[in-house]
Amino acid sequence: MEAVRFDNVKFSYEQEDEYAVNGVTLSVAEGEFVAVLGRNGSGKSTLAKLINALLVPTSGKVTVFGMDTSDPKQTFEIRKSAGMVFQNPDNQTVASVVEDDVAFGPENIGVPREEIGKRIDFALDAVGMQAFRQATPSRLSGGQKQRIAIAGVLAIRPKIMILDESTAMLDPRGRREVMEVVRRLNKEQGMTVLLITHFMDEALQADRAVVMHRGEVVMDASPEEVFSRSAELESYNLTLPRAAAICKRLQAAGMPVGNAFTAEELAEEICKSLQKI
Amino acid sequence: MQIVAKNLTYTYNPKSPFASHALQGVDLTIEEGEFFGIIGHTGSGKSTFVQHLNALIRLTGGSLTVGDYDLSQKKCKFIELRGKVGMVFQYPEYQLFADTVEKDVAFGLKNFRKDLTEEERTAAVREALETVGLDFEAIRGKSPFEISGGQKRRVAIAGVIVTKPEVLILDEPAAGLDPLGKQELMELLHRIHGGWCKTVVIVSHDMDEIAENCTRAAVFSEGRVAMEGTPAEIFARSEELFALGLDVPLTAHCAMLLKERGIDVQTNFTCADFADKVLALWKAKGEGTHAQ
Repeated sequence: MEAVRFDNVKFSYEQEDEYAVNGVTLSVAEGEFVAVLGRNGSGKSTLAKLINALLVPTSGKVTVFGMDTSDPKQTFEIRKSAGMVFQNPDNQTVASVVEDDVAFGPENIGVPREEIGKRIDFALDAVGMQAFRQATPSRLSGGQKQRIAIAGVLAIRPKIMILDESTAMLDPRGRREVMEVVRRLNKEQGMTVLLITHFMDEALQADRAVVMHRGEVVMDASPEEVFSRSAELESYNLTLPRAAAICKRLQAAGMPVGNAFTAEELAEEICKSLQKI
Repeated sequence: MQIVAKNLTYTYNPKSPFASHALQGVDLTIEEGEFFGIIGHTGSGKSTFVQHLNALIRLTGGSLTVGDYDLSQKKCKFIELRGKVGMVFQYPEYQLFADTVEKDVAFGLKNFRKDLTEEERTAAVREALETVGLDFEAIRGKSPFEISGGQKRRVAIAGVIVTKPEVLILDEPAAGLDPLGKQELMELLHRIHGGWCKTVVIVSHDMDEIAENCTRAAVFSEGRVAMEGTPAEIFARSEELFALGLDVPLTAHCAMLLKERGIDVQTNFTCADFADKVLALWKAKGEGTHAQ
């Protein structure tokens, strides 16, 4: 089933002819893991906010599981289907106890009390934070706080999770924790994931990578394919993952190595090439 | 100015149930002229350490000198010191506050250099904004809240470098920027480093950034310096870094995997050097085969 659909969507923050999102047509299937890449200001975050009706298109149409985001009657259902996790872990906590924080969403949509308890259990288990149920969010690490933010979204039982640079403020360990949770939710629970990121290695974990440039979708393919079209990528001011950049250097000097995107793949390619001689 | 810390200790919330020993005996010397990196995961004491360097946190144990300033002395001229040791915090754009970019950048100058005339101040603000790559005339009158994220960060940095500090400390300066933005920021720091700014100290989680940019680095762990040396020396000990729960640059990770398979790449762990060394191995091997 189609989870999200953009039909020639344009969006302008001011009543001028400058569009933050400029004629995007895009379809995301249920269960897909899509990474969205692009420079700061390329329209990625605007795209994300158009999905759960935080923003409504200036022209064109966005539908989420068939619901039109410009129809105010649907807004509530849309926001229940598409949950969003933002960049700053400190801006997303509302309560002084973890379980209250996770309960905030379901309480607001009128979930019965007994059911809320179950949802907190489910959400905290999913992010591996059950042991911190009674903890104070402000005393947790950045990675732990973001996992609580994800749990808060999960407690609404959304079908789509949108992460807008949710790992940008975390240290490497926190980033790994969050990415593991996201990957598991996608693989095990079939959650549709839209991951906006500047980290090319995170994009490699997705099924599909969409590149935005000046409000338009300019590339849409598997991450491996996107990163192998390096000249095109560079024209949008994006860089290759480091392994791919090294690989390109080796290839340019005539060394017969295949494409590599991770340290493991690069080591494998170098090894094969050296042993061939 | 040389920075020398000896047996530096610091405890947050001392004598309370929440007491946490952030620094537990830091010994570290940073020479003038270095582009120094500080690595360590959250809670390792790196931010507490750098905040000591311009006396945002006052010394409670051990000794610390920055140039001629002895921070253990009550009579130390802290205001003068802070004009010479600039500090750029994490996400500095959150600290912008004035109604125009020009006023925001001039704020530090007004505090540290009361002797300047209006014209001299304007000239200094112009120079700072131009140094960070912004057009002074175009941006001076704008509100710091209506410019883009990348511009905001540059304005915030301009507000610190406007006093031309000899030592510039930056806590995660490139966090949250896109890859090209990161690269531009590092180029900017190297440009400043070549001039009036003698020493740059960056705190970073990005090991690739450390490998590519720093002359030396220190790894903090549990309030102490666990490792110190050039990036080449530090990342040659990748197994130990993994044991401390830290990452290593991609090049070091790759070199480690190759070593397990009997291929020894002697590199300083920058991408360019790593590629060159691999190519050298390949060429040497090719020539060896031809010779047979």
